[in-house]
Amino acid sequence: MSTAAPSASASTIAASKALEAVLRADKGRLISALAYRLRDISLAEEMLQEASISALAHWGRAGLPASPQGWLLRVALRRAIDRIRAQGRASRGAADMAMLAEEEASEMTTEAIPDARLRMMFTCCHPALELKSRVALTLRVICGLTTAQIAAVFLDNETTMGQRITRAKTKIAQAGIGFAIPAREDWPARLQAVLTSVYLIFTRGYAAGPKGADLCGEALFLARLLAQLCPDDPEIEGALALVLLTDARAAARAAGAMITNQDRALWDSAKLDEGLALIDTALARGRVGPFQIKAAVAACHMADGGPDWPQIGALLTALLQFEDTPVVRLSIAVALGEVQGPQAALTMLAGLTVDLDDYGPYHAARADMAARLGQNDAARMAYQRAIDLAETPQDACFLTKALQNLPAIRA
Amino acid sequence: MKYMILIYNDPALEPAYGTPEFGAMMQGFFEANQVMQADGVLLGGEGLKGVETATSLRIRGGKTETMDGPFAETREHLGGYYIVEVPDLDTALKYAAMLPAAAFGTIEVRPLMDYNPAG
Repeated sequence: MSTAAPSASASTIAASKALEAVLRADKGRLISALAYRLRDISLAEEMLQEASISALAHWGRAGLPASPQGWLLRVALRRAIDRIRAQGRASRGAADMAMLAEEEASEMTTEAIPDARLRMMFTCCHPALELKSRVALTLRVICGLTTAQIAAVFLDNETTMGQRITRAKTKIAQAGIGFAIPAREDWPARLQAVLTSVYLIFTRGYAAGPKGADLCGEALFLARLLAQLCPDDPEIEGALALVLLTDARAAARAAGAMITNQDRALWDSAKLDEGLALIDTALARGRVGPFQIKAAVAACHMADGGPDWPQIGALLTALLQFEDTPVVRLSIAVALGEVQGPQAALTMLAGLTVDLDDYGPYHAARADMAARLGQNDAARMAYQRAIDLAETPQDACFLTKALQNLPAIRA
Repeated sequence: MKYMILIYNDPALEPAYGTPEFGAMMQGFFEANQVMQADGVLLGGEGLKGVETATSLRIRGGKTETMDGPFAETREHLGGYYIVEVPDLDTALKYAAMLPAAAFGTIEVRPLMDYNPAG
């Protein structure tokens, strides 16, 4: 281990800057490549950390290697081989060790490092893990976020999040969750688990408003990565489109408006256009799925002449065959209200009370429909309940305005 | 890796002996066994008699306490198990999904402890 000179030399600073840049751009790729070979995420992280420390010393002395990524991977693999041998645990076969040694010896350029991130995403998002752990692990392994950053996403403390991540990595190792692309028959269900995790990352960022922009950026990065690693999959295209179309409205939403009365000038037209084009491509493949439908719904909300409610209702009804949940039924009731009138919506909403009584948007929808019918007392109570349950200050603010706009209580 | 596939179900939900549904269930188990045997993954497995036959035991303060009944009073009971040797969890889950009891009970899949990791 080198000791730091009292005043860091220029070459050490250059090395540390270069390392930082490499890790910022390629940490997820390097961890994935290592973890896939070592079949152990924790060991991969630890070895990359050790290789990074070596890099500071070596790169500072000898200059930047031709392929810094290849250098890090090779050194990390060598350390891992030493570690496994030192532990005397031939828990992996001799052939396995020979393969690792051979890879370690070969000169690897970035391009030559096979991209293991798709496998790793399927591993991190395995349905045998809790959804929250899947998201945390994906942000850690693929996006390279620190435990502290991930804890902040979930408003958890760092220790709790660290334990969650450790438990998830242990389960992967102990339960024998493979680092593999799922078999064809498992593909649709496993892909949904991955896409759901990516979308959850996005919605957490989106709900946090401007503060969550980084997280939205990570979700967009993951969706684009999936589309790049796995082209021609309509559900991945659908998920990417959904993220793009929702993100296109971020600025308008931050300005304090719900989708129905947003300033279209604030929509990001590049994201909107890309999202719309992706939906067309996806739907043309003729294999419809839940993310494609949700993206199409988002597109209908943003239609030129205002929301296309009959089409939204039809799409949501089609979504029921994949996701028959109370929340989807709530959305159908809202669309029904726009097409057939508020009484039809209220009738359908009444059937959802048991499931959605603790869900803010349910009461917001009830309030809106009651207000349209002039049932102001019912609307007032429902708005108040929705405000109490609101997840973000923006939502609460919007709902409070709607409540104040109701005709005054008769004295 | 070796996995134990544990079958938990509520006996009340199980098809009654002698009905066509019972026959279909037994046929389903038979077919799953055939597949596991043909794939060379089946190390063993048995069905258990009902929980009314269960006896539980524990030693507390040096005294053996014997009790009538299963370990836990739950609706779903351990009804049988398989032990398979397969490369990973996904493969184990694939065999677990072949068991007819998955349709009315819950199947738990757990790796067996490896007492000799050095192999």
